[in-house]
Parts: sequence; structure tokens; C-alpha cells
Amino acid sequence: MSDASLAPAASPRARRSLMETDAHTAKRNAAEKRFRLYGVAAICAGLFFLVVLLTSILGNGLSAFQQTFITTQVFLDPAKLDKAGNRDPDDIRKVSTFGYTPLIQNAVFEEVTSRNIETPLDSAKDMKALISASAAAQVRDFVIANPDRIGETVEFRILAASRVDGYLKDRVFREDVARDKNIDAEHLDLTDALVSAGVIAKQFNTSFIFGSDASESRAESAGLGVSMLGSFFMMLVVLVLALPIGVAASIYLEEFAPQNRFTDLIEVNISNLAAVPSIVFGILGLAVFIQFAHLPQSAPIVGGLVLTLMTLPTIIISTRASLKSVPPSIRDAALGVGASKMQAVFHHVLPLAMPGILTGTIIGLAQALGETAPLLLIGMVGYIATNYPDGFVSGFMDPNSAMPAQIYEWAKRADPAYYERAWGGIIILLVFLLTMNLIAILLRRRFERRW
Amino acid sequence: MPVFWLSLLIVAVAAVGFVLARGRALAAVDGDRRHLHSLPNYYGWNAALKVLTPAFALLFVWLIVQPIWMNTQIAGALPDTAVSEDSTLALVMSDVRRVADGLDLAVAQGIISETNAAAIEAGATDVRGVLAQAGVALGSDVDPTVLAAAQSYRSLSGVGDAAMTVAVLLLALAGMGWALRQTTAEFRARNVVEQGVRAMLLFAASIAILTTVGIVFSLIFNTVEFFRIYPASDFFGSLTWSPSFGGGSELGIWPLLWGTLYISLIALLVAVPIGLFAAIYLSEYAGSKVRAFAKPTLELLAGIPTIVYGLFALLTVGPLLLSAFGRDGLNWMQAGTAVMTAGLVMGIMLIPFVSSLSDDIINAVPQAMRDGSYGLGATQSETIRQVVIPAALPGIVGAILLAASRAIGETMIVVLGAGAAARLSLNPFEAMTTVTAKIVSQLTGDADFASPEALVAFALGMTLFIITLGLNVLALSIVRKYREQYE
Repeated sequence: MSDASLAPAASPRARRSLMETDAHTAKRNAAEKRFRLYGVAAICAGLFFLVVLLTSILGNGLSAFQQTFITTQVFLDPAKLDKAGNRDPDDIRKVSTFGYTPLIQNAVFEEVTSRNIETPLDSAKDMKALISASAAAQVRDFVIANPDRIGETVEFRILAASRVDGYLKDRVFREDVARDKNIDAEHLDLTDALVSAGVIAKQFNTSFIFGSDASESRAESAGLGVSMLGSFFMMLVVLVLALPIGVAASIYLEEFAPQNRFTDLIEVNISNLAAVPSIVFGILGLAVFIQFAHLPQSAPIVGGLVLTLMTLPTIIISTRASLKSVPPSIRDAALGVGASKMQAVFHHVLPLAMPGILTGTIIGLAQALGETAPLLLIGMVGYIATNYPDGFVSGFMDPNSAMPAQIYEWAKRADPAYYERAWGGIIILLVFLLTMNLIAILLRRRFERRW
Repeated sequence: MPVFWLSLLIVAVAAVGFVLARGRALAAVDGDRRHLHSLPNYYGWNAALKVLTPAFALLFVWLIVQPIWMNTQIAGALPDTAVSEDSTLALVMSDVRRVADGLDLAVAQGIISETNAAAIEAGATDVRGVLAQAGVALGSDVDPTVLAAAQSYRSLSGVGDAAMTVAVLLLALAGMGWALRQTTAEFRARNVVEQGVRAMLLFAASIAILTTVGIVFSLIFNTVEFFRIYPASDFFGSLTWSPSFGGGSELGIWPLLWGTLYISLIALLVAVPIGLFAAIYLSEYAGSKVRAFAKPTLELLAGIPTIVYGLFALLTVGPLLLSAFGRDGLNWMQAGTAVMTAGLVMGIMLIPFVSSLSDDIINAVPQAMRDGSYGLGATQSETIRQVVIPAALPGIVGAILLAASRAIGETMIVVLGAGAAARLSLNPFEAMTTVTAKIVSQLTGDADFASPEALVAFALGMTLFIITLGLNVLALSIVRKYREQYE
């Protein structure tokens, strides 16, 4: 029994049961738990940031879709709008917006007096602070379109001034008004009264989505519509150029390229271009398309060209992956029945790879749609996009903005009313991106084949 | 003829060529297509390609060469007196072009007739007034020599355009004739067309090289130009950045580089631990359900455009940090825009970048290595720390380098969140600026492209390009080397 005699000499640990953990094991288990906790914490941190980001977008931006309007009866005074009395459109056009402003102020003042609202503001001119500067243009456009209604009293829904809008949206506070030369505390009292009378109300703001940008002082009438069109024309350029070029390049590299130095050079170039900072593409666009080729500044075609070069590597990489996923047996079968290599690729491989290619293209387009930095260099900011393009060609060639550039432009403006617009613009931008990505996912789900 | 209509005409010629060649091929075998070498359409395509390719190639080259050639012609013909002391040849030439374009516009709008425009003289007619009517504003009255040059510019460009139209159309017709002559029953049309298509595919693939060449040339050209008017020793040696468009600016790169690196460092300090631990948890611990939810959700962060992060930094994170560290709190911070703001937000942006790259790399570590470690009695975390991570380390380093290159090249977040003051400071709550932010601010606005204050942007772009390219090449080579280890 030599083992038994040795037993007492063994370490004291041996006598302990495996059922109870000793200090060392406990420490190891604690370390294990801690490590796991770090992982959970990291994931939670990531998700937390995402939630904060999304809530701050929605919380700040949703109010941009609502705008404060004043509903009022404007008397279209023939003595002011059509002095000659012959309803000649050219004469009516001669009356500038300055001629309309008093009519609107009178109308709003009439709303105040007819409701017996008590206010120290006792003249129509004092209504100026409540009314947006673009209201006169709205009424003028109506009159020019309907000259026969001069002399009638017409109900208008006109924009309230930015400060009034801000007051209703808790952006402008009573404490700050003392230092503000655009509006006084009395105006806010009057606003409160008119709100309870139903004259001033927040309503859904379609002109934010479809309208054009406005100058710095008229935040209430700025919209994203024109720059949306700018983005649309840019995406058209990207689609028309990047899809065929990207597919052609991928077919060459995947199906035809011989193993040589030149092919290697192309491959290295593509993988490096995918990692070049986007601002460098902006420098390229500035130097080549504007300085050298004299294309117009701020034009969607230049933006489209720059974004094409930027998204090409993305499209090439995803197209190659989907070409690669078509099994070689397809090619072999086609070659076996006498197709040429070119016919095998264009008639059989390419159609099978198409869903994957389209998915990659849509994702590339989404990336291009949200890109801002290169657009700054080719002059897409600082330009106030107030005019819709006249036609198809002018859509490409005339100066315009783009959605992300417009958002940047708004973020840079001094008036806090524009911040709300910028967040609202981001919501619209994200809706577009989300839709594009959803389409890509659906395409993949619907057409994906497992070989 | 405008380029648009000329292109349409070429396409029309190609369509005609297609029909003719196809018909000719069929006629050659009396309509029995079995005797043709290729399918009839290939004969048509052969003709179409022979029309389109050379004609469009010539058109493209002509459009590039003609303005350059005209510039040298006109500039050579200008008398020396035309270039006064306070201007340059380039300025005078741009005046000439502006006057010529303005006259064209005026004719197009019907303000003056073509014969009047050709006979216009500086003394007799108010050229400036005419141009202003056409929407072209000139800074001063038109100099007679400039007007003369503009007139010869107009006549030259008229001749050039006419010659281009004729030459391109002739080439298109010649291509069609050639293709029709070739079209016989034995002609191997398919092989020829396929070779042509293959050449086009190769050209499409070469656009990547052309883009790189374009980037490198546009950077080098303007950088050399910059160093000609601003000494390179000052650019790399000076510690102050104070551009003033009036002249006498100091353009040292170090404050910008410091700002860039400092912000990137903070971004990586945020992104690397979070991203790495998230990747470890997702690949080693998480069940399939958690993984299926958490991975795509985290990657949503990567799909959000950078302008959104920029706005987030400017309007949410900045004010938040200011309320904690600003005058009401610890009093370290003066304004919402600071290194910390931009760094934090950029870190959030980089989390999915680090996590998905590291996730792939950790998943690539063979299961046998983990099993061996468990067999020796190691716990899961010990296995990860002592086996998996060391095995994946080169790949993770590569991923971090890629993230760093992203951070250095990021623009929108720093433009909106970091501030505009170029400073060499250690306080992360101070506003600093970066290379990318200064590229934007020097190139936007109405800067004159010949001034060092605008050209410096190209030198900055060059620096940025070299740094990011170096980081990428390094990272990719590390990742590749590591991948080969287990394959």
C-alpha cells in the first residue's frame, strides 16, 4: 500500500472535493464572467449609440414636417392690384410683392379685431412680425394665375413667420424675445390668442418636401424639393455610367482577364480606389471636370461623374462576387453545346448573376446618394437652390444642390430654425436610403439561388 | 453642330450600317442563313461597331484637343501689350473666352445678329452692354486687343466645330463602308465582334487605372504649382497655419496633421475596444438569435451617411459635452465644436467597421485551435485571450489600420464637429481642425485658383492621399499574409 502511505504527503488540494470551487477556480470563473460582460457591454454600447442617434434624428426632425400657418380672408383690393381695372395680366404682373404685403397685414389684423382679441398692437403694420415674408409672393402668384378673382375676398393659408413657428414648436421662448428684434412679447401673446381662436395652427408641410430652398432669413419656406431633383439627376448619371462600366469591368476581370501584370495592376487599383477618402474624389472632380474640361460648376452632371468614379469600385467588387457565385458547370454546359466564350457569358452567366449585380448596384447608389464631401468641392454648397430645372437637359447642366449638400448648407446657417430643417432633411434622406436597401434585400431574397 | 446632335447622328449612321450589313450578308447567300459563317446579326453588329468606336473616339479626342490648340493659337497671336503688368496671360485668355462666349450667347438670344457680332468693334458698340444683356457680366470695358482676340477665337472655334462635324461624320461613313465591303458569306463576323467587345470590356476595366492616374496627376500638377509659389520648407517646417487671402499667409501643415491624428486617435480609442469586444462576443459567445439581431443592427451604423454623423456631432453631442465640460460644468470647454466631439462621433461611426472586419478574422481562426485549448482545461475567455486573439492579431491590426485610414480621410464629421481653428494643443476639449476640413474650406468659396491659399488644398490632398494609401497597402498586406496562414 505504498500509495496510501504517500497520500498525506500530497498537496492539500487533492483532498478537496471537485464540487466546491477553490479560490483559484473562483477567480478564473469571475474572470470569465467579467470578460463575457465586457462583450455584452460593448454590444449594448453600440446599440445604445444607434438608439441615441435615431432618437435625436426623429426627435429633432419630425417637427420640420409640421409648419405653422395662418388661415385668413384676404381682400384682393382692385384699387391696389389692378389700378387700370382692365385685368391685363401684364399690368397685374407689374405690382410687386410690396403691393400685396399691406393686404395680407390688413387681413390678419381683421382676424384679430373681428374676434375682439385684446392686444396693444393696434395697427395692421404690427402684424408684420407674425407673417412670413414669402406670404406676399404666395398671394401674388395666386392673383397672377386667377386675375378674375380680383375684388373678391379669398381664403388663404399663408405661412407664419419663422419666430411664430419656433414659438409654437418650443424653439423660441419668452425669455429670449427681449433680445430679438424680429418679434416682441406682445406678438407672442397675440399668437397664443390666435391659436386658441383657430386662426394660427400647425399643419402638415408639403412644401418642406417638395418646395425649393429659401434665402437665409426665410427659414419657414425652405424646402428640399429642388435639391431632391438634383440628387435624382446625379443618381441617373451614376446609374447610366457606373452600372454598364462596372459590369463590363467585372466581366473582363472575372471571365476573360489573363494572369498578367496588367490585370494585377487593375486589381490593385480597384482595391485601392475603394479606400481612397471621398474628398480626394472631389479634388479629382474639381481639377479634371471643372478646371480642365470646363464643365459648369454645381451642375448635377459633374456631381454624377464624381460619384460614378467613387462608386465604381463598390459596384465592381459586388458584381465580381455575384459572377463568381455562378457555378462553372453553367459555363461548361454552354461551351459544350457550341457557344463561344462571349456567348456563354452574355447569354447564360450574366442573366443568372443579374439579381446579385442589381443588389450591389442599389447599395452602391445608396452610398452615392448619402455622400457629401466631394460635392462640397465642386460647388454644390453655397448655391441656393430656388429654381426647379426647366427640362431634362437643364436638370443635368444647370446649377443645383443635392440632398446631403442642402442639409449641410442648412446646418451651416446661423438661424436655429434651419437646424430643424436639417434634421428633417436627414429623415427624408434616410427614408430614401432605407427604401433602397429594402429593395436590395427583397431582390436578394426573391431571386437568390443556391447552387 | 452641337455635340448632342452629332452623337445622335453617329448612332443613326450605326443603325443604318447595322441594317445594311445584315441585309447584305443575307443577300450574299440568297437568304439561306445556314451558309453564313456567323449569325446575321453579327454582321450588323460588325458594321455598327465600326461606325461607333472610331467616330466617338475621334469626337472625344477632338473635344479635348481643340480648346487647348485654340488657346495656344490665340495666345500666340496676342500682342505683348495685351498682357499688362498686373495681370497674367491666363487671366487675359479667360477674358477672351468670356467675351467670345458672351457674343455667342447674345447671338443665340437674338440680341444682335450674326453679321453684327462678327463686325462689332470696341469703340463703335457698347460691347459690355450687349454682353450684360445676354447675362454675361464683365468687370471692365472690353480692351480692343481682347475683342480682336475674341473675334478670332469665335471664327477659329466656328471653323473647328465645322471641321469636327465633317471629320467625325466622314469617319463614321468610312467605317460603315469598310464593314459593308467586308461583309461576305465567309467573313468571320462573330470573331471580329467578340474581339471588339472584349476590347471594350478591357477599356471599362482600365477606367480604374485612369481614375488613379487622374487623381495622381491632378494632385501632383497643382501641388507642384503650389510649391512653385510657396516654399516647401515652410509648408513642412512651419508650425502655424494662418491663411489670409490678402497675401502673407503662413501655411504650415503640422497643426492640421496634429488635429487629424488627435481626432483619429480619440475615434480609435472609442471604436477599437467597443468594436473588438462586440466582435468577440458575437463570434464566440452569442447564440444564433442574438447574432442574427445584433450584427445587422450594429451594421446599420455603417450605412448611415457621414453628413448625419456630422449633424449629430454639431447639434447633439457638442451641446451635450458643453453642458458637462463647459462653463457650467468643469470649464474645460469653450464651444461645442472640439476634438472630443468629432472624435467621439467618428468613433461611433467606426464601431461597425472594426467589429465586422474583426468578426470575419476571428471566425477564420480554425476551430481546432480552440478545441485544443479547451482540451487543456482553459476556460472560454482564457482561450480567447491566449489562443484566438494572438492567432487573429495580425488581421485585427490590419482592421485597425483600415479604420485609422478611414478616420484620417473622414470629412463631414470634422467639418461640422471639430471647429475651424488650427491649433497645436493637447487639450481634447479645444477646437482643432484637420487636413480634410481645411481642404474643404480652402477650395469652397470664390477663391482664385492661382493663389497659394487655394492651391495649398491640393498639397494637403496629396498628403492625405499618400497617408491613406500607405495605411491601406500596409493593412491589406498584413491581412493577406495572415489569411494565407490558415488556408
